[in-house]
Amino acid sequence: MTDRKPTPGATRQQLRPGLRSWLVHHRSVALQTLKDIADQGLANFLSCLVIGIAMALPTLFYLTLINVAQVSERWDGQPRLSLYLSAGAKPTAVLAKVSGLAAGSDVDLISSEDALMQFASSSGFSDVLLALDDNPLPSVIEVRPEGSVREVGLLIEELSRLTDVDDVTADIAWIERLNALVQFGEYLVIVVGLLLAFGVTLSIGNTIRLSIENRRAEILVVKLVGGTDAFVRRPFLYLGLWYGLGGAVLCCLMLWGSMLLLQAPLHVLIASYEASFSLRGLMVADVAALVLIGVVLGIMGASLSVGRHLRKIEPQ
Amino acid sequence: MIRFDAVSKRYPGGRDALSDVSFEIAERQMVFLTGHSGAGKSTLLKLIMLMERPSRGQVFVGGQNLARLGRRQIPGLRRQVGVVFQNHQLLFDRTVYDNVALPLLIAGLGQKETGRRVRAALSKVGLSGKEGQLPIALSGGEQQRVGIARAVVNKPPVLLADEPTGNLDPVLSREIMALFGEFNQVGVTVLIATHDLELIEEIDHPKMQLSAGRVVS
Repeated sequence: MTDRKPTPGATRQQLRPGLRSWLVHHRSVALQTLKDIADQGLANFLSCLVIGIAMALPTLFYLTLINVAQVSERWDGQPRLSLYLSAGAKPTAVLAKVSGLAAGSDVDLISSEDALMQFASSSGFSDVLLALDDNPLPSVIEVRPEGSVREVGLLIEELSRLTDVDDVTADIAWIERLNALVQFGEYLVIVVGLLLAFGVTLSIGNTIRLSIENRRAEILVVKLVGGTDAFVRRPFLYLGLWYGLGGAVLCCLMLWGSMLLLQAPLHVLIASYEASFSLRGLMVADVAALVLIGVVLGIMGASLSVGRHLRKIEPQ
Repeated sequence: MIRFDAVSKRYPGGRDALSDVSFEIAERQMVFLTGHSGAGKSTLLKLIMLMERPSRGQVFVGGQNLARLGRRQIPGLRRQVGVVFQNHQLLFDRTVYDNVALPLLIAGLGQKETGRRVRAALSKVGLSGKEGQLPIALSGGEQQRVGIARAVVNKPPVLLADEPTGNLDPVLSREIMALFGEFNQVGVTVLIATHDLELIEEIDHPKMQLSAGRVVS
């Protein structure tokens, strides 16, 4: 107890963790946690199921929305715009302007003379009409615009600004309403999705908390023999990852099942509208996104829980 | 190797576990820390491992001032200090091999090297061939040996033991103490806390006695 010379060298004989052994450890932790999950099959299956259901709800809603949007996009009842020209207008000149503005659309001119003749032949008022000095009917240009409801809306604004156009009529209110509804639905999906993502994170965090409690003794020993925080955290993060992944897979299975159940009644409904329509189900990209979301939420929930609870477990 | 400079430790509630403790243990020395239960032996060991921090004074291990070590540097210190506990602190759901291999796993050692060192440590404590058993299947003395193997498998320069023979009969206790002596012979600095004066009477190593938190001899 006399030698006062410090000997720092003796404490430096640390074992450098190589990248290879680090990767090996990651692999073994990943496999070990997976095995732990499998060992307690039912309880963990239920945990994953909760996550899966929470993920399936907004996704199902989202798929419904996509399909509705698809219907509204492919609706062949495109609005027909009628432009009533003012009395002094030169119909052919206006027609040229309109064709310029509504490029790619079907544009038809019904001159006032044509209109009068049509009316005369179909209404049986020909005698009365011939007695008139002037033709009371305006020339009309009919436009069947291409493009989305928004673009059609803009086109209507432009057309009604033309000098020789008295009035533009179009019946697109219902499409606008549907569109607004779809847009509202999109926000709703985001809000519901965020709420449920929050729920999933908390649920995974809670499951991880229980697991931390169960492995308290092990954590203490690992800390005593020099385990770093990252080392202690690792198995729990993998646990979160597996829960998220399991939840995502169950979510996809449930959605697939739901689609199968919904397909038949939906086809009956669609057939009644005599429309051709194919249900857009889960695509590979959706599955990939769900898996990614599940994994991210899993790791997030786990790291939140680990951050909160691991600090409290210190050897005494 | 281990130096205490006027160290005091007061636990919340006002109990002084250590008051003004100063001593130095040289490299390669083996020292017994004696005293009654509650004299502060465990607290002293905990300060060396940073399981506790002193209220006053400074602790040095290997020339390093532990007050300068932050939370993140604690694992590094603990890898330099092997510890044997009275209650073993073994993981009862892991095999003997896995228990002993834990410090090497943490240090990131390769599988081959780990296997070699674990077998060497187990053979050193006389437990060759028990790698695959669960600790629960072993006797108390054997469990303690597993704990010792785990403490030395990483070849730490410092070895601490807190009542390592607390639950063992005199014959086993003597064997365990002899084992610590062997580690000391190969250059490990050893500090053993024990209240079993009879046992260490015949062993020729410095003894430091704590009483009510003070060094009395």
